[in-house]
Amino acid sequence: MTGFVLRRIGFYVVITVVLAFFAVPMLWLASAPFDARPGLGIRWPDWTLSNVRTTFEHPFALTSLVNSLILCAAATVVTTVLAALAAYSLSRVRIPGRDVLLYLLLLLSSVVTGTAAMVPIFVLMLQLGLINSQLGTALVIGGGMLPAAIFILKDFMDSVPRSYEESARVFGARPRQVLGHVVLPVARPGIATIVVWAFVNAWGNFLLPFLLLRDVGKQPAAVLLRTLNDEGGSANLHVIPVFSLLYSIPVVLLYLMVSKRYGFRFHGGIKS
Amino acid sequence: MAAIDIAGVSTVYPNGVRAVDDLDLAVADGELFALLGPSGCGKTTLLRTIAGLEQASAGTVGIGALDVTRLPPGDRRVAMVFQDYALFPHMTVAENIAYPLRVRRASKAAQRDAAERMSGDLSLTGLLDRRPGQLSGGQQQRTALARAVAADADVLLLDEPLSNLDARLRLEARTFLKRLQRELALTTVFVTHDQAEALALADRIAVMDAGRIRQLGTPREVFQRPADMFVANFIGSTPMNLLPGTVVDGQVEFAGTRLPASGVPGEVTVGIRPEYLRIAPDGVLSGRVSIVENLGVTSLVTLDCGVPVGVVVPEHEEPAVGDELRVSPAPGRVLLYGEDGRLR
Amino acid sequence: MPERRTWAVAFVAPALVLIGVFLVFPALWTLYIGITDYQLTGPTAINPRVVGVTNFVSALDDALFTNSVWLTAVFVLGSAVIGQNVLGFTLAWLLRRVRPWLRRTVEGFVLLAWILPGPVVAYLWFAVLSRDGGTLGTLVGSNTAWLVEYPMASLVVFNIWRGTAFSMLLYTSALAAVPPSHLETARLVGASGWQTVRDVVFPHIRGHVLTNTLLISLWTANDFTPFLLTAGGPNHESEVLPVLIYRRALESGQLGYASAISLLLLIGNLVIALVYLRLLRRRA
Repeated sequence: MTGFVLRRIGFYVVITVVLAFFAVPMLWLASAPFDARPGLGIRWPDWTLSNVRTTFEHPFALTSLVNSLILCAAATVVTTVLAALAAYSLSRVRIPGRDVLLYLLLLLSSVVTGTAAMVPIFVLMLQLGLINSQLGTALVIGGGMLPAAIFILKDFMDSVPRSYEESARVFGARPRQVLGHVVLPVARPGIATIVVWAFVNAWGNFLLPFLLLRDVGKQPAAVLLRTLNDEGGSANLHVIPVFSLLYSIPVVLLYLMVSKRYGFRFHGGIKS
Repeated sequence: MAAIDIAGVSTVYPNGVRAVDDLDLAVADGELFALLGPSGCGKTTLLRTIAGLEQASAGTVGIGALDVTRLPPGDRRVAMVFQDYALFPHMTVAENIAYPLRVRRASKAAQRDAAERMSGDLSLTGLLDRRPGQLSGGQQQRTALARAVAADADVLLLDEPLSNLDARLRLEARTFLKRLQRELALTTVFVTHDQAEALALADRIAVMDAGRIRQLGTPREVFQRPADMFVANFIGSTPMNLLPGTVVDGQVEFAGTRLPASGVPGEVTVGIRPEYLRIAPDGVLSGRVSIVENLGVTSLVTLDCGVPVGVVVPEHEEPAVGDELRVSPAPGRVLLYGEDGRLR
Repeated sequence: MPERRTWAVAFVAPALVLIGVFLVFPALWTLYIGITDYQLTGPTAINPRVVGVTNFVSALDDALFTNSVWLTAVFVLGSAVIGQNVLGFTLAWLLRRVRPWLRRTVEGFVLLAWILPGPVVAYLWFAVLSRDGGTLGTLVGSNTAWLVEYPMASLVVFNIWRGTAFSMLLYTSALAAVPPSHLETARLVGASGWQTVRDVVFPHIRGHVLTNTLLISLWTANDFTPFLLTAGGPNHESEVLPVLIYRRALESGQLGYASAISLLLLIGNLVIALVYLRLLRRRA
């Protein structure tokens, strides 16, 4: 009996410690934005909204959030549309060596999009005259996300029975009708997953915009946040917390939406 | 309404598997026809070739007066019910049933009309606004049937229509399906691996193996006179007794007994269904009862006559294990198969 | 059906073009730039010369490169292979049968740490670890500048915090696939919690463990977030390979040399991947 009680206590101690480990760093994001004298530590704030005003008056803060939206929207649309088309046909038409190719691309993307290819990507974009182009940067981000997106979506499409499409075809549906009436509606949860995944990934991407967008008027929030930090040697603590909060809100909203609708689980997803 | 005419059809998959092999078949207008065989025998591929979901590599498929061999599925005037029913999960029952009309761009009113008419015919009233996921297995099956009937096609194709139902429901659905087909008088081809289902439902049965038809006939013909040992093994809920025997001087010797038989002398296999053996005091086969299996109103008794012989006996004649028993085959129900496995 | 083939090709082509231009081509180009003396500015920026394996030789000779390889290995082993793996599995295992609200709360925070934008979490941890009133300093009552005095340890803890969510999600779905009858059999014969994990659970999820370890290892090895926290300092003490490549390429302008290091990193990645795939195949 005491053994059982001790185990319960131990269990809750572990859970509490883990919860604190994950939660404590985030508290700053809740307190510092509204503190009249913001510092790096966590404390009960002297409530004020003056930081919010200061942030809105910053010359690049709002621009950079808009830039982030443009960049992410473009990258997300490109990734989702191209991945959906590719995943559908890869899932339905037998192509020899398909799985090996997908694995190789997936491996390559996890390597290359990191840092290994930053030099050639920089040089490539320089020569194409696409430095400071938001669309160009979105394409690079999209290209990096595509293999994983195709991989996840193909897995999803594989789980959709072919008999749905065959049934529609027997009843006389043309290819476009099969796609519009059956495939897209059935694949909606998978596509939603990819939209959210691509958006969150692109939203937090620092390296590529940092490399490819040198004009501060075109930089997204990810890059600007870094410049705020370095400005004049010391961090601007009246702007950074509010800005971080604003910058985080879209992904948190997306996360809440997804976990409410679909639950945050792997859709069959990565199998052994 | 239309007959189906299949001539010299082969269907070869890209990986080289010849699933249907140079097959001829004619299904009459309004007939309820069964394609029966073990899994991998090519029956489903044949059905899909009729539907146009697989392309025939050779031969022609005709429906009515039309050669449909090169036509896409939607232009063949066929309707199909898939094994998993393929009900679209994002549409209501009504939308599913009316889908063939939606494809043809019929008006919303016409679609709703058709859905309501079908739901009445197939006892789906009151379920029209549900999603397929909220239906029982039987209701799903009837929805899929309703959708196929709503397509107003010349030919109805059913892939294992009853296999996803549990045993009790299956009997009910079987009767329902037969009645529906009689009322519609729609040429219907269905695929099944369950011989009892084929016997109970079909006007005629094609027993298939390795992409070819082994026997084509009415349920009675197929049950009483299997054309070869493959069919003999496959048909019947209790396995047919297949006993080694020898033909000499107008008699066949097997299991320690002799019966008159014509034909050339030589090794044969004697086939007698357990249902065609009766207990008789002067029975030609005798042996000791080794196992008794209760089948409800009858029992399957295994006799040891040198080789094991199965006998189906009515409940009031059920023997005890260890009893000595004599049995006789019903007249004309002893089949002889030659060394090639064909009926002699 | 030739018509279907055409459709399929038309559907796959746009994705392949994008992947080819922005993924495969840069990867191949890394090969080429790596054997030149290409510079960001100066005469060789216009007219790079092929210098063969010189860059690779000097990289292997470079104490800063060796230092970087070692730091990257520590980072991957400590934070991914051990840290995220163990914590992710523990969470998935412990949260199986707790009350739903508690489960949702814990999972919520772990997932939040994963999806918040990289620059923001870098800032959050900069605040936690800072010398002037940072949360950690306040908690343990010390005035340490953690990022300066223990840069690698800080990065490891940070990356565990950042990436555990993925392992937790993966192991949660893997554990759901372990047949309950197997767990019940273990309970019937009186196995302890640890014995159950070792003898029943682990054999079932071995494939998941390998896949997970492979993915998080690769992600961690190529992660650029350390740059946002320490920028490689102080004095190269946390200069993992991605940071080294960045600093060589864009701060010192030695594009050729940086590419050579990239290629070595790429090869390292491939070797890790091959080892894992080998192990994965052996289970059959």
